[in-house]
Amino acid sequence: MSLRYGGGDPQRAELTRDGETPPEKPDLAAVGPLAVSPASMFGLANPQRFMSATRRLPAALGVLAAVLFAAGAWLSFTAPEDYQQGDTVRIMFVHVPAAWMSLAVYAALGGTSFFSLVFRHALADAAARAAAPIGAAFTALALATGSLWGRPMWGTWWEWDARLTSVLVLFLFYVGYMALRASIDDEQKAGRAAAVLALAGLVNLPIVKFSVDWWNTLHQPASVFRADGPAMTADLLTPLLVMGLAYTVFFTALWIVSIRAEINQRRANALALRAAGGA
Amino acid sequence: MNAFLTLYRRELALAWGRGGGALLACGFYAGVATLVPLAVGPDAERLGAVGPGVAWMALALSALLSLERLYERDFEDGTLDLLALGPVPLAVVALAKGLAQWTAGGLPLAVVAPVAAMVLGAPVTLAPLTFAAALVGGLGFAMVGGMGAALALGARRGGVLIAVVVLPLFCPPVIFGAGAIEAVAQGMDWTSGFALLAAYSLGALALCPFATAAAIRNALS
Amino acid sequence: MPDLDMGGYGGFVWSAWGLSALVLSALLWRVLARARKARRALDEAEGREDG
Repeated sequence: MSLRYGGGDPQRAELTRDGETPPEKPDLAAVGPLAVSPASMFGLANPQRFMSATRRLPAALGVLAAVLFAAGAWLSFTAPEDYQQGDTVRIMFVHVPAAWMSLAVYAALGGTSFFSLVFRHALADAAARAAAPIGAAFTALALATGSLWGRPMWGTWWEWDARLTSVLVLFLFYVGYMALRASIDDEQKAGRAAAVLALAGLVNLPIVKFSVDWWNTLHQPASVFRADGPAMTADLLTPLLVMGLAYTVFFTALWIVSIRAEINQRRANALALRAAGGA
Repeated sequence: MNAFLTLYRRELALAWGRGGGALLACGFYAGVATLVPLAVGPDAERLGAVGPGVAWMALALSALLSLERLYERDFEDGTLDLLALGPVPLAVVALAKGLAQWTAGGLPLAVVAPVAAMVLGAPVTLAPLTFAAALVGGLGFAMVGGMGAALALGARRGGVLIAVVVLPLFCPPVIFGAGAIEAVAQGMDWTSGFALLAAYSLGALALCPFATAAAIRNALS
Repeated sequence: MPDLDMGGYGGFVWSAWGLSALVLSALLWRVLARARKARRALDEAEGREDG
């Protein structure tokens, strides 16, 4: 299989590709896989600093989340029932926050992926890896609670309405990310490939949302019951916001613990590698 | 430009595979289309209702077929390293591969798609639009599929992984393409769906090569 | 006090809340278990380093 580029000589291998500087490969023995570029924009970029700064944070956030959950639950069950949906509206207070989180976590996944790609940030990569399964869990929960909410309303266990369908595709995005990450053996390569996919997914997300909305209007005749939920009165908004906040704080606590665990694990692996190499 | 054409011709020859590539794609497509009435029952009305949509879904699936080996072959025998070091930017390589995929696979499929749709009960009037939509959509499938193939390069279970990664990204073009055809079937305006499909494919044409190049560089590093 | 029947929808409402509580607890458990495992691995590796 001979290859000719109209004169280009493949032997001139020293030339950089596309005029870019070739990626430097950190010397593992000297610096360890946690080598981070000096671009420490937020001061927490250094994993060491991140670890020391977040030591007490998860516990504090955990307590806050517990308080918020308790308050949210109380508010949810003492709110007046919706004139249209009756008591099923209380499902909204666990469904909508879960759906919010599924989106927010994917945005976080995209953001950290961007940083890990562009700035070669090990901490960002760890954060992305940690966020994915949590986001997937929220998404699955949103789907399940959405189904439970829909059953009394629509009479079927699943309805291909715009929102549930979008959330389902978002779930598939999460699955694809985690599958890609898990299937590549080299950790660094897996991280980078997954980061590219996360960004592609982030770009696609509004397109998917738009296309599903478009699809829904195409196929929905006079829709009997839109799954948007009840009109938002203050009575319903307050429990929703409190629960939303509870979910967010809970996620943040979980995320920080996961990132810390990821960093510890990588450090442990690096030390074990070095010990094996030296011994 | 000369280099691009040379590359494109090479990729086209590989993808076409002396007719094998096109034959495989169309054969798979025909197989899937045959399963539909077997699964759904031969009732003309029922089939006709799902016919055009299912024809479109089968298009998306057929686009997955040749993706696993798209980059793997060159990766294994070192050609990809040479391409990466050569004067042609990797993004252009990705573009050439994607376009070759589209020409060798998407084009024959676009010809067969209207036939399948009709066999599955769609009226003949839908045929030209089905062809056009399949052609335009095929470009999007090829570019996004190529990106998926590059991302999964060097991974285990490459073929299935590519499908899992790429199928959610296929949702918008399937919606737009099938939607346009569905609109015509119901006597409504098809132009908005078709325009959205074209926008998606053109967007993929513009953006995917860069992501693909990044993925290839990652795999080669 | 909320009526347990929830106007007949009790099954759905309590299932949704119960499922959410279950999944969030399981998530918490999983994350904490991972953290413990990583901590242990690090201590072991550091111990070996010093020892």
